[in-house]
Amino acid sequence: MAETTNVPQTTQTTARRVKFVITRQDTPESKPYIEEFDLPYRPGMNVISALMEIQRNPVNSGGGTTAPVCWESNCLEEVCGACSMVINGKPRQACSALVDQLEQPIRVAPMATFPVVRDLVIDRNRMFNALKKVKAWIPIDGTYDLGPGPRMAEKKRQWAYELSKCMTCGVCLEACPNVNDKTDFIGPAALSQVRLFNAHPTGEMNAADRLDTLMEGTDGIEGCGNSQNCVRACPKGIPLTTSIAELNKQTTKRMFTRWFAQ
Amino acid sequence: MKGYYARKIHSLLGLIPLSFFILTHAITNFAAYEGGQQGFRDAVTRINDLPLVIFLEIFVIWLPLLFHGVYGLYIAYQAQPNIGHFNTERNWRYVLQRVSGIIAFVFIVWHVYTTRFQILFGNATHDDLGGMMHQMVTQPAYFIFFTIGVIATTFHFANGLWAFLVSWGITIGPRAQRISSYICMGVFVVVTALFMLSLFAFRNEEFANTAQVFTTLKTLIG
Repeated sequence: MAETTNVPQTTQTTARRVKFVITRQDTPESKPYIEEFDLPYRPGMNVISALMEIQRNPVNSGGGTTAPVCWESNCLEEVCGACSMVINGKPRQACSALVDQLEQPIRVAPMATFPVVRDLVIDRNRMFNALKKVKAWIPIDGTYDLGPGPRMAEKKRQWAYELSKCMTCGVCLEACPNVNDKTDFIGPAALSQVRLFNAHPTGEMNAADRLDTLMEGTDGIEGCGNSQNCVRACPKGIPLTTSIAELNKQTTKRMFTRWFAQ
Repeated sequence: MKGYYARKIHSLLGLIPLSFFILTHAITNFAAYEGGQQGFRDAVTRINDLPLVIFLEIFVIWLPLLFHGVYGLYIAYQAQPNIGHFNTERNWRYVLQRVSGIIAFVFIVWHVYTTRFQILFGNATHDDLGGMMHQMVTQPAYFIFFTIGVIATTFHFANGLWAFLVSWGITIGPRAQRISSYICMGVFVVVTALFMLSLFAFRNEEFANTAQVFTTLKTLIG
């Protein structure tokens, strides 16, 4: 933790070191291994700036030169979702993981629910495929101008906006005990997007299609086991479990209307 | 059989008929606490006087139990618990629901074999049940086994009720889910109390005199 909160930092910065224990992997197929790094402390540093420090001076705590640790990041302000990794056991964004607020040694590992590409770089393709599968968009293209769509009530817009904050970072899938090699569960993120687009006045016109995809195959909404880790882990505070329960209602209704309408 | 409908059937069977069966079972057993040996016999007779009771047993108890149990084991197999990293009440319940389900499965298979199936095989009659229970629960090891089995089953039932309300889209928001969880835990306490009181009642000496038949079963039950 922040041991030096009461000590003037000017006197401490030169002496203080930060210890990182990083789970590394050279290729997608190779075995993961642990490498430790001892870095000089700088005020306000986060996990990304620590990884940059390793990149500048790729020497592990044993003094041996090593390959710099690979990671992904873009925005550095917790809105793009690229730098998600497991930090001290919790999946989160590395850019907003401040060293001052972390217990040491800081343990960093890739979100291994996803295929690991190298070191901390993971392949989140399954999430983007999931969005395609559930048609997480508003179809407005046509051969002629379709004109303005129906208006959305302000009350609805307010909660729908919260759902639109999803950045497909993958933290909810990593936190979910039902997203693993033994299941095909699509995960909370895509489900919440179905709720978002089914709530949109124009997107609503394709609501039944989206619900049908959640009810076919083995990767649908039934994979949720109600551990509710997703809603605790979501860095954007998206009410994922409310979305899933609401979709449980929608799919249940859809199941009965489909039976009795045919 | 996988996918949405299998899971929905699993969930529905948990409520109808299995939850209703658990309640019926708890109330029937409680007759042993309230009415002693005669009360329990009367309650068992009342159940067996139901029309088409064998069909009720097959279609309302055995087959639903079999599907719910076997599919439930598959659900438990698919889980990858992570309470180490997410030490929250809900996550604990997620794990406990699966663990209690496995314990309940083992307990119920054993329990049905040692009671209902012995009647089916002609080794006992319904009137012997009270005595058989007395023989078992007066032994501390069996009493502990019954206690674990009962608590696992009633927790699985009550927490499953909570999950049913979520997975059918009845309780949607966090507040609704919190309140339904209080109610379900209340149900857990009440039903557990009913079963535990009847277990204690079966320890009463008055059940002993019907237990002669049990000596012939002893080899079976151990």
